[in-house]
Amino acid sequence: MWDYTEKVRDHFFNPRNVGEIADPDGVGEVGSLACGDALKLTFKLDDKGRIKDAKFKTFGCASAIATSSVLTEMIKGMTVEEAAKVTNKNIADYLGGLPEQKMHCSVMGREALEAAIENYRTGGKKKHELEGRIVCTCFGVTDREIERVVRENNLAEVEEVTNYCKAGGGCGGCREQIQQIIRRVRPTEAKKAPEPVRRREGRLTNIQKMQMVQQTISEQVRPALRAHGGDIELIDIEANKVIVALRGMCAQCRLANVTIKDLVQARLREFVAEDLVVEEHRESADRQHKHRT
Amino acid sequence: MKTIYFDNNATTRVAEEVLEAMKPYFCDLYGNPSSMHTFGGQVGRKIGEAREQAASLIGCEPGEILFTSGGTESDNTAIRGALAAAPRRRKIITSRVEHPAVLTLCRELANHGYTVAEIGVDKSGSLDLGELENQLDDDTAIVTIMHANNETGVIFPVEKIADMTAAADVVFHTDAVQSVGKLPINLKENRIDMLSLSGHKLHAPKGVGVLYVRRGTRLRPFMLGGHQESGKRAGTENVPGIIGLGAACELAAKCIDTENRRVRKLRDKLEKAVLARCPDCRVNGSGRNRLPNTSNISFEFIEGEAILLMLDRYGICASSGSACTSGSLEPSHVLRAMGVPFTAAHGSIRFSLSRYNTEQEVDYTIEKMPQIVAHLRELSPFVAK
Repeated sequence: MWDYTEKVRDHFFNPRNVGEIADPDGVGEVGSLACGDALKLTFKLDDKGRIKDAKFKTFGCASAIATSSVLTEMIKGMTVEEAAKVTNKNIADYLGGLPEQKMHCSVMGREALEAAIENYRTGGKKKHELEGRIVCTCFGVTDREIERVVRENNLAEVEEVTNYCKAGGGCGGCREQIQQIIRRVRPTEAKKAPEPVRRREGRLTNIQKMQMVQQTISEQVRPALRAHGGDIELIDIEANKVIVALRGMCAQCRLANVTIKDLVQARLREFVAEDLVVEEHRESADRQHKHRT
Repeated sequence: MKTIYFDNNATTRVAEEVLEAMKPYFCDLYGNPSSMHTFGGQVGRKIGEAREQAASLIGCEPGEILFTSGGTESDNTAIRGALAAAPRRRKIITSRVEHPAVLTLCRELANHGYTVAEIGVDKSGSLDLGELENQLDDDTAIVTIMHANNETGVIFPVEKIADMTAAADVVFHTDAVQSVGKLPINLKENRIDMLSLSGHKLHAPKGVGVLYVRRGTRLRPFMLGGHQESGKRAGTENVPGIIGLGAACELAAKCIDTENRRVRKLRDKLEKAVLARCPDCRVNGSGRNRLPNTSNISFEFIEGEAILLMLDRYGICASSGSACTSGSLEPSHVLRAMGVPFTAAHGSIRFSLSRYNTEQEVDYTIEKMPQIVAHLRELSPFVAK
């Protein structure tokens, strides 16, 4: 059971400001049914430019609802400029803290607020758009968003990033990229983070190569595919050619656009040797993938 | 506030009769059953009785009962033990909806050179037996398929699968943790080679279970050490637990028919009323082949953890396949394998009853559930005003 603070429980059981403002100055919508939480925030300004009223509608767990409720309370009376400075940490602190795995709820609150402010500043025309390049395709999280949660919350590990913005929590295929972002944003901290198998110096013996290919597939590739109902089998290694068979595929996965073969090859080159080439096993490739939704 | 316990697939209350049977074995008859003296020897005889009680419930010989620390150990022993006994075979067949005690182990073994075939299920949760037939080959070391699913209660035709595996000369193990005590089973009348059961799912305490191993099944021991359990499972016996499990098995055998008829009636009443009173909900795995005590209902547009917390406020205990309850971000692998849309999987609630539930408890839940659903839907951006 989650250890929620009294304040979280209070805002969950007695949510404040539920609903939608009929004629709002700003509207922010983030999240989706598929992702497991979604929030629609609306606010209205008074004639002095302060937030006079704010309302929310939320689909999600207790902490998502509590976060939304407390956010509407926090921003009432603020100017738009003041509201724009609210961070996810402010929201979590206001609630007396959230369990680590639930920090993404506070980030969702801040994102909805930003989206609503953006919507207001563009005169209600512009809907919130993702800024930057998508890193986590499962939950649609961009590099900019990841950089931001890392910076604002002093994060040093990939798991923390997942707790804060969900990135890396689906197929796991972007975990290495997240690690790189952490290294870029906080170079001193990231060094402490444990690193996965590293490429060895010098030439590999055949046995070393085979073991490392198997290890990389087991640790780096398979979990990513498995999370989406897929799998990979290592068929053979001939010189620098690694022959794999791909099993299953997840129709709902946005990763389906990326050729898995490229992903496998990139991982193997990164962790084993630069000159490896990945090929899909003929017989298996001819077999049709099973799609399940 | 009174607790209404509808989470019996997670664990059950220890029956009074079971506790009474266990009590003397803590402070009075605490001897080690392996000892040479009479004081310890009498405990050994009592364990023999418990072995008979357990054997009688599932229709096997006492010598085919191996006491373990629970369902997870039984599953691990069966799968690892069968693989070790057949070192030339490298394939495991299982299903996509197994309990983590089986599925996580199989996926770990896949990282160690085993091929794992995970058989899928259809929308109703039924197993694709054709796929299983196709996968069975002479490289297969073990087939491990659960008897009844812990999340939905859907029952798999294990007798039929046992015939298929026997014909292919492959060992068949079934995780029957959820079904023993709820569904009658007679291992003399089928060809199941190994079966796991867990004490705390049938009103015995936590920390004790059984692995049934059909005579003649090749199995390497998983726990090494002393000669307990005929050398098949080392470690001093959990004496009170085993005696409790024996008593619970005897009780289950006595109650199975009448209690399950009553539990099924309560479950059906709860399920029908919730479906009738809450719009936009559905039962996952609602077919006829289902455990009598389990109901897994998805409520659209709202999230499971929020529902659980609201239920908790009324003292009602249930569980959810929602991602948020587990700390992962993905909802239940069982519901996803069944093709339940993400939206419905996030809002799924499992009620699992036992013989200790009453009609008043069901009525109270029927009264509260629509209020909870309506309240959370008022908050949901996906429901029109």
